[in-house]
Amino acid sequence: MLALLVLLPIVAFIAILAGAPARQTAVAAGISNLVLGLWAAFTWQDADVWSSSLAVLEKPELNLAFGFSDGMSVIMVLLSVIVTVAALLSGKAPADREILYYGSSLLISAGAIGAFAATDLFFFYAFHELALIPTFLMIGILGRGDRKATAWKITIYLGFGSIILLAGLVWLANLAGTFDMPTMVAAVKDGSLVIDPASQKGIAALLIVGFGVLVSLFPFHSWAAPAYASAPAPTSMLHAGVLKKFGLYGLLRLAVPMVPDGMNQWLIPLLVLLVCNILWVGMVTVSQKRLDLMLGNSSVMHMGYIFLAVAALVAAQADGQVNDIAGPAAVLLMFAHGISIAMLFGLADKIERNTGTLEINDLGGLAKAAPGLAFLFGLVGFASIGLPGLANFAGEVMVFLSAFKNYNPAVGLGPVQIACICAIWGVVISAIYMLRAYRRIFQGESVSATESAPDLSFADRIPAILLAATLLAVGFFPNLLLSLLSK
Amino acid sequence: MPAYYLEALTVALGLLVLMVEAFGPSKSKKLVGFTAAAGLTFILILSFFAIGPESAKEGSTWGSWELWRFYDFDNLARFYKGFALICTILVLLMSIDFRSVLSRFTDFPESENGTGEYYCLPVFACAGMMWMASAKDLAGAFIALELVTITFYILVAFMRKNVGSLEAGVKYLILGALSTGFLVYGIAWIYGTTGTMNLAVLAERIPSIENTTPLLFGIALVLIAMGFKIGAVPMQVWIPDVYQGAPTPTTAYLSVGSKAAGFILLIRFLEPLLQAGSPVATQVMVMLSIMAAATLLFGNLAAIGQSNFKRLLAYSSIAHAGFLLLALAAWKGESDTSITSVNAVSFYLATYLLMTLASFFVLAQIRVQEGTDQIDAFNGLSKRNPVLAIGMTVIMAALAGVPLTAGFIGKFFVFSLAVGAGLWWGIAFAFIGAAAGFYYYFKIIRAIWWESASDRDKPLVLPQITRACVVGLTLAILVLGIWPQPILWLLG
Repeated sequence: MLALLVLLPIVAFIAILAGAPARQTAVAAGISNLVLGLWAAFTWQDADVWSSSLAVLEKPELNLAFGFSDGMSVIMVLLSVIVTVAALLSGKAPADREILYYGSSLLISAGAIGAFAATDLFFFYAFHELALIPTFLMIGILGRGDRKATAWKITIYLGFGSIILLAGLVWLANLAGTFDMPTMVAAVKDGSLVIDPASQKGIAALLIVGFGVLVSLFPFHSWAAPAYASAPAPTSMLHAGVLKKFGLYGLLRLAVPMVPDGMNQWLIPLLVLLVCNILWVGMVTVSQKRLDLMLGNSSVMHMGYIFLAVAALVAAQADGQVNDIAGPAAVLLMFAHGISIAMLFGLADKIERNTGTLEINDLGGLAKAAPGLAFLFGLVGFASIGLPGLANFAGEVMVFLSAFKNYNPAVGLGPVQIACICAIWGVVISAIYMLRAYRRIFQGESVSATESAPDLSFADRIPAILLAATLLAVGFFPNLLLSLLSK
Repeated sequence: MPAYYLEALTVALGLLVLMVEAFGPSKSKKLVGFTAAAGLTFILILSFFAIGPESAKEGSTWGSWELWRFYDFDNLARFYKGFALICTILVLLMSIDFRSVLSRFTDFPESENGTGEYYCLPVFACAGMMWMASAKDLAGAFIALELVTITFYILVAFMRKNVGSLEAGVKYLILGALSTGFLVYGIAWIYGTTGTMNLAVLAERIPSIENTTPLLFGIALVLIAMGFKIGAVPMQVWIPDVYQGAPTPTTAYLSVGSKAAGFILLIRFLEPLLQAGSPVATQVMVMLSIMAAATLLFGNLAAIGQSNFKRLLAYSSIAHAGFLLLALAAWKGESDTSITSVNAVSFYLATYLLMTLASFFVLAQIRVQEGTDQIDAFNGLSKRNPVLAIGMTVIMAALAGVPLTAGFIGKFFVFSLAVGAGLWWGIAFAFIGAAAGFYYYFKIIRAIWWESASDRDKPLVLPQITRACVVGLTLAILVLGIWPQPILWLLG
């Protein structure tokens, strides 16, 4: 069944190419996937229903295999299908580019779901790459501003990151002698596969840099903000919301369990980089004058928190301690951030469409003309800062707690705790830029751009409400997701 | 059916096609091309029923002929014979749709009189390539190789009223002659050291050789000569100019058929040298690694700046030779869990055939309809022919090695072999190469989708044969990208 989730968008894409009405087909595929995804959340443990495997190569053995290895895959697939529906519903294609517009979104979605659902290392990697070309085309053809340079930048960055990543993955698979990810991880756990320290260090470096480029880890982050600002709304929603999480998912799925010692050797550099992500990029975010660039930078900044949870997990493993909240914290925050950033990009697109600008200084008093938009944007803005009751709060708090989980006052502050203390300032930074943007855009005197701006139409509200409901539901009942992880 | 019938039939077909050329209609040479393609298709089908001496029926004498001492037939030979046949058939079909340009630059611009040989010569070259796939003796290999090379001298310079084609012909001739010299000299040194030119005997004698210096010198000379055929450093300089000047179907043939034939010969030559217990294995691997690294670097970095698509494909052909050499440098024999170097190279070449011939099919039509090979001739293709634009995007993505296309799996095999062998420098160069590849292949995708066609927004319609071939090749690229096993079944 999981294969069906991956196939549906691809089939819809082919149908659109063959002449089916683009928007309807795409939305139908998205909604079917959403239903399937929700069903999966309840029955994912039934491997007979969800897993499938198709041998495609004998030597080395490769299988086109999909399955839920654990709750993390379920949550990521859930994130993908929710954001896909929202992205498909909230975008509006230019008149003669419908095929490209919806087709690309479907392919990006298929790539993301495929990557999260694959249990074979080869297809785990391959499906993620599937999204590269549609992103390139969407930004290059339909992007805003300096679209061509931006499309080149993201393609070369992500292409190069993927190639570095490929080196690490091939190395790992060569040592493990298999491409089946659950088998690999199990072999390390039960001791039948021992990876020597030199290889551990090398693989960990390649994986951190490779996955890091894809997640916009400082200093490999400069592709992200301009790309998201330039891309059409569905592309930035899907890319920032879903696809970017692939790197973190990969670190948690492969790097942490398989090369723990190697990861620990790079712990300090990783901590420095993630603090830079939060503080440095946070400062950059504060100084942005366009809403889309601000959101793009903020999404880079928030990746730092998730890296912090990964680092806490690595440090605990190296010390032989158990840190059972770091993993769930990372997953929860990935989900929350994915939903909230997708909603922010979707609403920013609406602001631009209704007022004609995203320059924060050219806007003001929009709440009078568009109260619905103001309410929803406020809600998700608060979520992104980390206000209680919204999903991001649960994630961020758990991340900070996980950093102090094994804190021993007698020993003093370890590197992870110091990084965490720095990271907490990020919350203040978030509050500064988000509240300031909200005040300038929605409050104060109306200006010419906002005086007669229309509010969200009914159709525009559906995707935003879907995402907002998800944020609230997970915010009030984080156990909806956490229970998936504990099984 | 004894395997050597295949070559014999191919040569006979070549003579038959010459007859058709001479006695058929002189206005249109379509018939000549179709005869050749149909005949080769028949031989391709027969090749599945060909057998070697070990399966000869009792009572038949052909299984014990002397022929088998310098002619081998195994799965690998069958694969590369099929490869040569398919490549030649596709090149012939491409030539049929390229007729108008050919006749413009030959004797009678108004008629196709004088272009008939263009369809006969590939058949003879094909016979040579098929023989190379079976060569077991360096002398026999040399003759087969010369048959191919001499045919190509004519094919490259075929557009005799085009200065570019003539220039290409002269360059190819001079460097080809030079490499022949290297090859013969190298074979002589190997013969002088081991007393044999037979590769099977060579395999037995190599482990007991004490003074390896003269042998290594011979091997180095032969490797350089092979570098000419496969387009590897240090014999790569001819490629850009010759590829650009030659008629497009010839370029396609050079870049796929000739390269593959070179590689099967190289594989046959390397097998005894890299076997377990060979005293020269390490040195040969070092030579191959150096060639691979230099080829990767040269091909990929020089491709970045190109604005002519044909020239870009020329550098890309060098770059792919680098990847293939890397797989050989990371030599891996039979193994239970991983792919062998030979299979990886063969698979890579098969996918390379699909991607490269598909690009050349499109390029040939661009040349026919637009009169140029520049990348900007692709501008606005997304508006002028959306289906072709998507196909071309897939083909370029495959050449760049984007996953879920056949091109990625080939590269993936190479990388896993190189990682397994610990060739870290080679891997580093390969990664630089692959990253550069992303840039220069995406330049085509950019032209197709982003750039608007300024003065020529008329639709670009492919003729039927080309359209069928491009569609077929593109689908094969996608299918093999997810399900690579069929090629490996063919390899046994």
